[in-house]
Amino acid sequence: MSLGRNIYKNRLNRKRLNKGDFIKIEVDVILSNDITTPLAIDAFEASGITKMKAADKAVIVADHFTPNKDIASAQQVKKVRDFARKWGIRFYDAGCGIEHTLLPEEGLVVPQDIVIGADSHSVTYGALGAVASGVGSTDVAAAWASGEAWFKFPEAVKVVLNGSLEPYVSGKDLILYIISQIGTDGALYKGLEFCGPVMKELSLDSRFTMANMVIECGAKYGIMEADHKVVDYIETRARRPYTLQPENYSIDKDDEFDEILQVDCSKIDPQIAFPSSPANCRSVYSIEKTPVDQVVLGSCTNGRLEDFKKAAKIIEGRKVCRDLRFIVIPSTALIYRQMLESGLMKIFADSGAIISPPTCGPCLGGHMGVLAEGERALSTTNRNFPGRMGHKNSFVYLANPEVAAATAVAGYIAAPDQV
Amino acid sequence: MSNKGIEISGRVFKYGDNVDTDQIIPARYLDTSDPEELAKHAMEGVDEDFAANVSSGDIIIAGKNFGCGSSREHAPLSIKGAGVGAVIAETFARIFVRNAINIGLPIIELSGFEAKTGDEVVVELRRGKIKNLTSGKEGTFTHFPEFLSEIIQAGGLMESVKKDLSEF
Repeated sequence: MSLGRNIYKNRLNRKRLNKGDFIKIEVDVILSNDITTPLAIDAFEASGITKMKAADKAVIVADHFTPNKDIASAQQVKKVRDFARKWGIRFYDAGCGIEHTLLPEEGLVVPQDIVIGADSHSVTYGALGAVASGVGSTDVAAAWASGEAWFKFPEAVKVVLNGSLEPYVSGKDLILYIISQIGTDGALYKGLEFCGPVMKELSLDSRFTMANMVIECGAKYGIMEADHKVVDYIETRARRPYTLQPENYSIDKDDEFDEILQVDCSKIDPQIAFPSSPANCRSVYSIEKTPVDQVVLGSCTNGRLEDFKKAAKIIEGRKVCRDLRFIVIPSTALIYRQMLESGLMKIFADSGAIISPPTCGPCLGGHMGVLAEGERALSTTNRNFPGRMGHKNSFVYLANPEVAAATAVAGYIAAPDQV
Repeated sequence: MSNKGIEISGRVFKYGDNVDTDQIIPARYLDTSDPEELAKHAMEGVDEDFAANVSSGDIIIAGKNFGCGSSREHAPLSIKGAGVGAVIAETFARIFVRNAINIGLPIIELSGFEAKTGDEVVVELRRGKIKNLTSGKEGTFTHFPEFLSEIIQAGGLMESVKKDLSEF
């Protein structure tokens, strides 16, 4: 029945569910942010519903336009903050961190959870063995009231990661490669379930990156088994008791999938997703010289401690190319502190990087690094749609953190072994 | 508030594949939730003149994966706020589908219906019929499954939830 679909099935206590069946299901976490919560508040208040069944499951993170970029965003965050206080909803204010890095760090998501988030990258929590899906603001308002969400019971695709990882290749490259193979709608409405020998090689941070980007091929969720790396991570953090997948279960051995996708990871080089689609990928070693005006290292995709450690190794003792801006964004306050304490912050500062407080910031063209007309950025973020980072005629190239560091030094897109 | 039986007629605005939510409503406009404000910038990333040219009842026809990208409900809200009567696409991204249903923007999954920008089109939602008055060509589509129709008939997700909650 597949790992993800089994979570739905067990929750409903139903023996049989078919692809395409519509279900209403109790959820464990209801996430929203400073951009999506105002609409949820409007929907909730307009409905006349006066009780919230699931305020204790709600989490709101002010991370997109924070620290507030202007008066309008300040008003918006104030509206959200006041609402959270009124209803006793857990609220993380400016600077706490980017939602999808923060929630796992805070122990708010555990294996076997069903998570909805009014943010498309809510799929990130699949790395912890949860079924996590992006939804809209009205879905969030409805779940606050009822504790439930509706879903179409999905098809599931087994993604087998074979081979081993080449140098400078991490989760970002694997997921970009997979998206480039199946297209931006290749997993539309479906669950992706990851397994294979390479899973053991992948750090939890790399897995978060992969799960984070399954939405870029349209997936409903992207799930991985909760192995010892997950248990090590959550056992000191989890705020709720949790169970793992059944003891004898493995995605590898499960043959109840609608499709199987075999991936030979040994053939994957560091990937560059060219404008303006995450599916438009090429090997970093196959591209012409491409100068960029800005490099962004951070986001819910690649703003975790391991990402900064890897990038710091490349940039230590070197200087950022004078022709570009290198913006480094730790994705939570904890990671910020860890970077200070471990000396990473000094490495980046010495190189000439701009170090930002935790924020989604430039990823969606919000603030803290918006692009002008004609400018190009290489970014460790998740989307390079037209105008994503600023002017509609600006261009974003997606890559992993080591390529970002190498590019910041070179001034043009480069692999770490090319600088 | 039922969409059943509603006839929608208007001019076609035709777009290609993968019209993403950053194009439908760029993030710089997400500092408001007001549909009228959002409508001023609807589709701006793919068609700067859309907001100025669109009239009530007009119909967007697009290719594959319409509404991919972010979960922002501002995207269907800006389209609805602009007066668009229905969005027709070969396929829709899943969060866009949820949002459209939850806020009551009619969407129709339909491939191969021939129409170009400016054509006059009539859609009969209940009958699942579409006609291009300019070219005379007709098409059919399947209506929503019952589960989703019930949400739409209730007047959107919040009304549907309210009804459920009052039954306990």
